Amino acid sequence: MEIILLLFIFTLAAFLGFELISKVPSQLHTPLMSGSNAISGITIVGAMISTAGTEGSMTATVIGLCALVLAAINVVGGYMVTDRMLAMFKKKGDK
Amino acid sequence: MNPALVNFVYIIASILFILGIKMLGKAETARKGNLISAVGMLIAVVITLFDKKILDCNDPVSWGLLAGGLFAGTLIGAVMAKKVKMTSMPEMVALLNGFGGLASLLVAAAEYYFDMVKAEPAMPDTFSKFAIIATILIGGITFTGSLYAWGKLSGKISGKAKVFAGQKAVNALVALLSIAAAVVFVWADCFGLGFDMMVLATVLSLLLGIAAVMPIGGGDMPVVISLLNSLSGLAASAAGFVISNNVLIVAGCLVGASGIILTVIMCKSMNRTLSNVLFSGFGASASKSQKVDGEMKPISVDDAYFVLEAAQNVVFIPGYGMAVAQAQHAVKELAEILENNGAEVSFAIHPVAGRMPGHMNVLLAEADVPYEQLKEMDEANRILETADVAIVIGANDVVNPAAAEDKGSPIYGMPIIEAYKAKTVFALKRGKGAGFSGLENSLFFRPNTRMIYGDAKATVNELVAKFKDK
Repeated sequence: MEIILLLFIFTLAAFLGFELISKVPSQLHTPLMSGSNAISGITIVGAMISTAGTEGSMTATVIGLCALVLAAINVVGGYMVTDRMLAMFKKKGDK
Repeated sequence: MNPALVNFVYIIASILFILGIKMLGKAETARKGNLISAVGMLIAVVITLFDKKILDCNDPVSWGLLAGGLFAGTLIGAVMAKKVKMTSMPEMVALLNGFGGLASLLVAAAEYYFDMVKAEPAMPDTFSKFAIIATILIGGITFTGSLYAWGKLSGKISGKAKVFAGQKAVNALVALLSIAAAVVFVWADCFGLGFDMMVLATVLSLLLGIAAVMPIGGGDMPVVISLLNSLSGLAASAAGFVISNNVLIVAGCLVGASGIILTVIMCKSMNRTLSNVLFSGFGASASKSQKVDGEMKPISVDDAYFVLEAAQNVVFIPGYGMAVAQAQHAVKELAEILENNGAEVSFAIHPVAGRMPGHMNVLLAEADVPYEQLKEMDEANRILETADVAIVIGANDVVNPAAAEDKGSPIYGMPIIEAYKAKTVFALKRGKGAGFSGLENSLFFRPNTRMIYGDAKATVNELVAKFKDK
């Protein structure tokens, strides 16, 4: 049953994702991409669980820790770089 | 902490991601949207610290490791984001994307490995095994594919498409072997065989990432980057199935779906199918010797100045060459001078100009060009009909009239910016070579086109100087 529920969530999220993006002006494609790239760093949550939840196996913990560092780079770098880009989009006269 | 509460907070985080993505789609709200999605990420991370699986192992080591890992990653990510130049944005996005893919791969691998070595080993059920191997395959392809794209974009590897004899057969073989390894992994009931298959699938997926991006040329990178972005989301989503975590599934899937939409938009704007972009080795065979009659006529900066001085309506058409020459600030200065001189100025942006979706918009925004001046293709083409001067800066294939006129051309059917409609076209170009697709550009041979050879930035600066001297 749990599997079905998870698949159900997955399917709904997929349709939502398609709906959300279908009409985005091309000038925003880059920030949209790097912003959603940061969201895909959500795997950081999985990495935290792998790091802390694998007590007793040094190897598994180290693998989890590597995942954690990589995912954190993805998340922080992604959001900051997106913000940097978006801060530059100005209307005429804005300062 | 109560798992229900943790999951409740995950729902809130998911809502923030959805709102964030929605707001990212509008210029006025985009920045706030990004912030909202970052807040969602933050609360997801914080509540995970209080997840039972983490709190239960109540040794200080776990918390120390988490704090250390989070701190190190945050620091590296922040420094990268601060230091990167706007012109290097495509490779930065590719690199970050690769890290995300690898992280998902490692999460799945750690999970399986731990199941194998923990005090009471427990074989994951079939569905979990399927999720594990899917995460590993997608994550592996994302990682090396993104790294290879990063190498191409940053010039560490030649940006040209690399094609060799039998490449398709080799790629197909690697893909088939990966699937075979995955099937055996899911089928295997003992850890010995399962572990070997996991390692094999990892290696094969890493190979596959490189093999897949190798035959794709630099100009098709916008498609590749957004596809890899989509894959990294799917990898995170698959990792969510591995650890039965809702927020990973939802957030990963949102990214996966939106990435695919962007990919399709990119393909459409080149009038090519995704499989054509991925598998055709487009642009590898240089100069398909399409003869263009006539000759390119150069013009001096002095003469160009006189034409611009009298122009009432000027359209800039930037391409990847503007990014390479870092000419965006100089271009903005020239645009401002032309405006003060009484001309109507706009920028025509082709959806696939540059090396990532929206690349030109980012560069021009960096130079403070107001975004009302940036015109998308259809509107730009209307403006060009009455334009006095079109200035092509480092763009090539996206203004090549062969796409509309020459049925034999490989880019035939691609919507282009119709620069040739302007009364006069100035093409700023480094040399006489062909564009990324290896095609001669008949625009450069038209009677109303004048070539200004040299570094784009230097040329534009000279023009600016002329205006200031008068």
